Amino acid sequence: MIIKQLSVFLENRTGRLTELTAILAANDINISAFSIADTADYGILRMIVGRPDAAAEILRKAGFAVKITDVVGMIIPHRPGGLHKALQLISDNNVAIDYMYAFASGDCKATVVIRAESLQKLIDVLQEHKMELLQEGDVYQV
Amino acid sequence: MECHCQKGMHIFEDHFIPEIINPESGEVLPYGELGELVFTPATKEAMPLIRYRTRDLTRLHAEPCECGRTLVRMEKCVGRSDDMLIIRGVNVFPSQVESVLLEMSETRPHYLLVVDRENNLDTLEIRVEIEEQFFSDEVKELEGLRKRIKANIASTLGISATIRLVEPGTIERSMGKAQRVIDNRRRL
Repeated sequence: MIIKQLSVFLENRTGRLTELTAILAANDINISAFSIADTADYGILRMIVGRPDAAAEILRKAGFAVKITDVVGMIIPHRPGGLHKALQLISDNNVAIDYMYAFASGDCKATVVIRAESLQKLIDVLQEHKMELLQEGDVYQV
Repeated sequence: MECHCQKGMHIFEDHFIPEIINPESGEVLPYGELGELVFTPATKEAMPLIRYRTRDLTRLHAEPCECGRTLVRMEKCVGRSDDMLIIRGVNVFPSQVESVLLEMSETRPHYLLVVDRENNLDTLEIRVEIEEQFFSDEVKELEGLRKRIKANIASTLGISATIRLVEPGTIERSMGKAQRVIDNRRRL
């Protein structure tokens, strides 16, 4: 239920992200989702990848500052109001969200990646309300 | 040499006359002020030197030491006068930045000072490498770190600097004397 997210510190420099994706591509690592939090000087790249531990090791060897963070993937219906209903549930239960990003796929579903202060509380709330959660097998490469 | 009181090195004034000068003007400064240490050997005959410039920046203290010696004492050197930068009229030494980064547990002393001039005002940017173990994937944490570095730099240097966090290993390492400063003002 808990998914490993790969976070990478990136300098705000033309081509830096391309250097990273080249490494992942060359090592057969799939990216399911990503987002970048940007500031004036640097960005924080957050990705859900097929082989997080291997990817972290490879990127570290290439000189990147890498961190693995636990996140939860929440699966919601890909239609108007789908996200709102889920967020209402989370805020009603007083779970504070640090950051989140989402990806929608063609099968009428969308996945929202959430980092919260208390992941276990978030999982409990979502499971209690029968929300579908992203499983490791859905994103990890075998 | 240093006595057990560890209040600075005693200088043998029978043989050397130590003085502190302003490294820019050459003017002799009173005891207790920071400047460049110069020596004039008093007993050397074969190769006389007058106010030999050590390029070391320190202070001299004339009060007798607790150990009873009355010889003048010099403090630990704060830097080299040839490393000194004057930014907005304030003397800045790369070694001060280094000591700030060494004191903070989240940073290591891999840094680069970039001095520039914008609208006739000197600007100082300090690039600091992020340490992987302290890398947080939350912007608020990294910005918090940046602000703590900025505050510590401001209180040590007396001027404010822009802090730029950079990727680990991107600041050049050198075996000998490290290139820690890029001064773009000289080109103007």
